[in-house]
Amino acid sequence: MNRRVLLLAPFGAAVVAGVGFYSVLGRMKTGTFDPHDVPSQLIGRKVPDFELPAQAPGQGFGSADLVAQGRPVLLNFFASWCVPCVVEHPELMKLSASGLPLWGIAYKDTVPAASGFLATHGNPFARVARDAPGQVAIDFGVYGVPESYLLDKQGIVRWRTAGPLTPAVVAEGLRPALARLT
Amino acid sequence: MLGRLVLAAALVAALLSTPAHAVSDPAEMLPNPAQEARAEQVGRQLRCLVCQNESIEDSNADLARDLRRMVRTRIAAGDTDDSATAWVVARYGDFVRLRPPVTVSTAFLWASPVLAVLAGLGFALLSRRRAPAPAAPLTDSERSRLDALTDP
Repeated sequence: MNRRVLLLAPFGAAVVAGVGFYSVLGRMKTGTFDPHDVPSQLIGRKVPDFELPAQAPGQGFGSADLVAQGRPVLLNFFASWCVPCVVEHPELMKLSASGLPLWGIAYKDTVPAASGFLATHGNPFARVARDAPGQVAIDFGVYGVPESYLLDKQGIVRWRTAGPLTPAVVAEGLRPALARLT
Repeated sequence: MLGRLVLAAALVAALLSTPAHAVSDPAEMLPNPAQEARAEQVGRQLRCLVCQNESIEDSNADLARDLRRMVRTRIAAGDTDDSATAWVVARYGDFVRLRPPVTVSTAFLWASPVLAVLAGLGFALLSRRRAPAPAAPLTDSERSRLDALTDP
């Protein structure tokens, strides 16, 4: 009896590990789990103060403009040089079409490149600003593009994702976060 | 032989050498050497969030360069080492510290070496206790047979 348990123990451990790896890899594939994810320090806190210059086709905006909206806003850091930004773009277009206001910040980009990116792939943003030095991004705790921040109507950050907004991330992260706001 | 000696010398040299600094651009450095030394000290304890296993002093990533610059700006503005570190931690969390502080969530991490030693000791004690009982002494017939076999 004892012997049989000892013999089967390695197989049991292998099965448990296999199931674990399978589920983790599956969640990495859909984008709902990122082992390199750094949790945001802004959750539950007010959006940092900032004022950013214009990025065509937008006029630029600041934190006061975001709060003055009085409704939830999805703030998206993007760049024309960023490949996952292209991946998430159709999802941004869908979200924008569904009525959620999206505001964009072009991170470390030139004006022509970022406006060209929005002209090619479509512009999901109600307002666009640019952060060429990447200083405001540091105040947000951005460590790569794309990153998206969901702000409630008081301008408090309620949800953040680092990496592309895939359909799974929208369904399992953003939509439930939006539902909790109302 | 000589080749082996050279190889060993090269290995020892590689092990002894301090890591090269990525702050190769003199324009990044603070003019005040004391402040620059402090900024390097602070930066060496901060994780680059892009590569994650390098400090911002060692990394060539854009974000690491930005953070190096911010740390130097804070130090030059009169921040202490702790407040410059706190400024970065406020934005990126404890994860940026290469030496995590002892908190409830990191207690297990810090205790793990002690736990590993205790587990090893426990295992050693257990396997000692399980050692098989000493064999029964030889019977007279066994002893006489053994003598017969080993008799020269």
